[in-house]
Amino acid sequence: MTHTTPPVKMTLTRLRAIPPAYFILLGIFCAAWLVVELFGTGSFMNPDTLTNILVRSVALGIVAVGQSYAILSGSLDLSVAYLISVTAVMSSFIMQGDPQRVPLALAVVLAIGVFVGLINGLIITRLKIHPFIATLSTSLMMKGLLDTGFQNFAGSVPKSFQALAYDGWGPIPYSVLLFLVVAVVGEFILRRTRFGSHVYAVGGNREVARLSGIRTARVLMGVHVLVSLTAVLSGIFIVSRLGSGAPWVGPDGAYDLESIAAVVVGGTALSGGRGSVAGTVAGVLIFGVLDTMFNLLGVGAFLKLVLRGVIIIAAVASYAIRSKHEVA
Amino acid sequence: MAEPDSKAQTQKPLLQRNTLLQRLLNSAPIYVVLIILLILVRVVNPNFFDANVFLGFLKRSAPVMILAAGQLFVIATGGFDLSMGSIILMVVLGGALLTNNDPTRTWWSILSLLGLGTIIGLLNGAITSFLRIPSFITTLGMQLVVRGAILLASGGAPSGYLPDNFRIFGRGNIFEVGGVQVPWALVVLVIVAAGDIFLMQRSNLGKQILAVGDNPRAAALAGVRVSQVRILAFILSAIAAVIAGILYGGFSGTSRDAGQGYELQAIAAVVLGGARLGGGQGSIPAAMAGALSLQALFTLLNLLGLPKPLRDAVEGLIIVGAAAYSAVRSRHSDNS
Repeated sequence: MTHTTPPVKMTLTRLRAIPPAYFILLGIFCAAWLVVELFGTGSFMNPDTLTNILVRSVALGIVAVGQSYAILSGSLDLSVAYLISVTAVMSSFIMQGDPQRVPLALAVVLAIGVFVGLINGLIITRLKIHPFIATLSTSLMMKGLLDTGFQNFAGSVPKSFQALAYDGWGPIPYSVLLFLVVAVVGEFILRRTRFGSHVYAVGGNREVARLSGIRTARVLMGVHVLVSLTAVLSGIFIVSRLGSGAPWVGPDGAYDLESIAAVVVGGTALSGGRGSVAGTVAGVLIFGVLDTMFNLLGVGAFLKLVLRGVIIIAAVASYAIRSKHEVA
Repeated sequence: MAEPDSKAQTQKPLLQRNTLLQRLLNSAPIYVVLIILLILVRVVNPNFFDANVFLGFLKRSAPVMILAAGQLFVIATGGFDLSMGSIILMVVLGGALLTNNDPTRTWWSILSLLGLGTIIGLLNGAITSFLRIPSFITTLGMQLVVRGAILLASGGAPSGYLPDNFRIFGRGNIFEVGGVQVPWALVVLVIVAAGDIFLMQRSNLGKQILAVGDNPRAAALAGVRVSQVRILAFILSAIAAVIAGILYGGFSGTSRDAGQGYELQAIAAVVLGGARLGGGQGSIPAAMAGALSLQALFTLLNLLGLPKPLRDAVEGLIIVGAAAYSAVRSRHSDNS
């Protein structure tokens, strides 16, 4: 079997097109600027607020890059929230405030990430279970094992490790650089590597991909390992920010459903095969801008939920309404 | 697992028994899982099949069974309904708000909540159909909107209580025959189940739902009004969530955590019942059996004295196992 590349035309349009999510981001950014200057306390267009928007987006952003891979390949991963918890708790538990144990802790949590990704991939490809149920189950298993061992904040990370969350390279925080690197690498793999094309092919039509010689099971395994690794990176960032990990940090951030929402708001089709990591970054930033705007306007937590729900639906509606694709 | 053996045996009476067993296994393995789980519970708790104990078990299971049946309508059309948990929260907190500790307002409140549920279902269906948004996203957005709105309305904390004649459906008994107490929840469950089974298995709507889930284009070309069918499925699901919320509120009272995660449990139950995510396949009794199996599993793990966290882990394991089992079974029946 020969390796098939996507048609040239498709690659060109993919390169040329700016994901429409960026226009929404621009619109929301301008609206937020205007509204905050008119009615808010504090100003919007200053370096602190803008950096705040970016830092706020890091945890969700990194895992959403991974989630983009899952959704592009026609799968999804609901286990990321508890994997983030597992990572946060395990890293601070292993580190115990000792800088020398940082490499060990990172090695362990990355290994856990690979393991969870492989398990998810195996359940989906070998047992032929729908990814929704498969990852929901692994999520429950992680929740159970984690809650058995830990009920509260466990251990702590060394001060030097908190630099990841609080220090920066000049004015740019390290965490934002980490997000940027993950996003750029994510987009590069997707556009320029064989694996990336295979992700699109498997998500577009798994049977056709299989018949054209792609080992679809391997692609899905790779995708799930990648998602899990991004969840681990998010967890590492969160624990460096909090100083210690607790079992509820993942589910409290609703990283499972939020990351899926960010990917879809970024313009990726939930059914797979169409979309990009760049779009996801815009989706995550839309959430970041809105959160910051609501905070500066003093909008209450409950109203924020309502508005968030409306905006997710409205953003997705704005692309979906033009598309002729059948959805359910 | 026992299949190669059963094929090897050729004596007549055994063969007959095996084919019967196999037919049961092929059609809906969940019933076998359910029976095994119920027997295991009976082994741990010898009183389990006493009428009152078993009816109490059914009373606790009724909300999730009703949820699973409602979720099945949506899943059979190829969608998801993630807004169910928030609707339960709306019923529990909204019920307390609307009744305002006045028992005479109970019926009016229940009717209003059913109306609100219908509107939510209608919106879920209409947004999904007409704006062409995947229902996963529509109902995820709706989940946030409904939860935010009801918390906003109630000031973030349960205000007031549900009156006793509201709670009676979830915790009271309708009558007593010879020492056997028949709970209201069971009556509600039977009525809802009968209605759902009629709609899904006996009416045109059921066939159209399966057709839409199997292939929406083909269904449309065959004259099915796809949007209308989808909207009806979402309305049925939302109404099921309202009814489950009324039972849940009666059983557990008001709480800010009410309903959280119930939509996922309902989806898991439906899949255990052999329905296919993506649509086109599924039955109401099997979905309800799936929900009952999950409840039996919780009861069993509880009786065994497992701590709550480990119960979650085992639940995950069992869901994968059962889903894999039915996936393998359905592939077998596809081949034959």
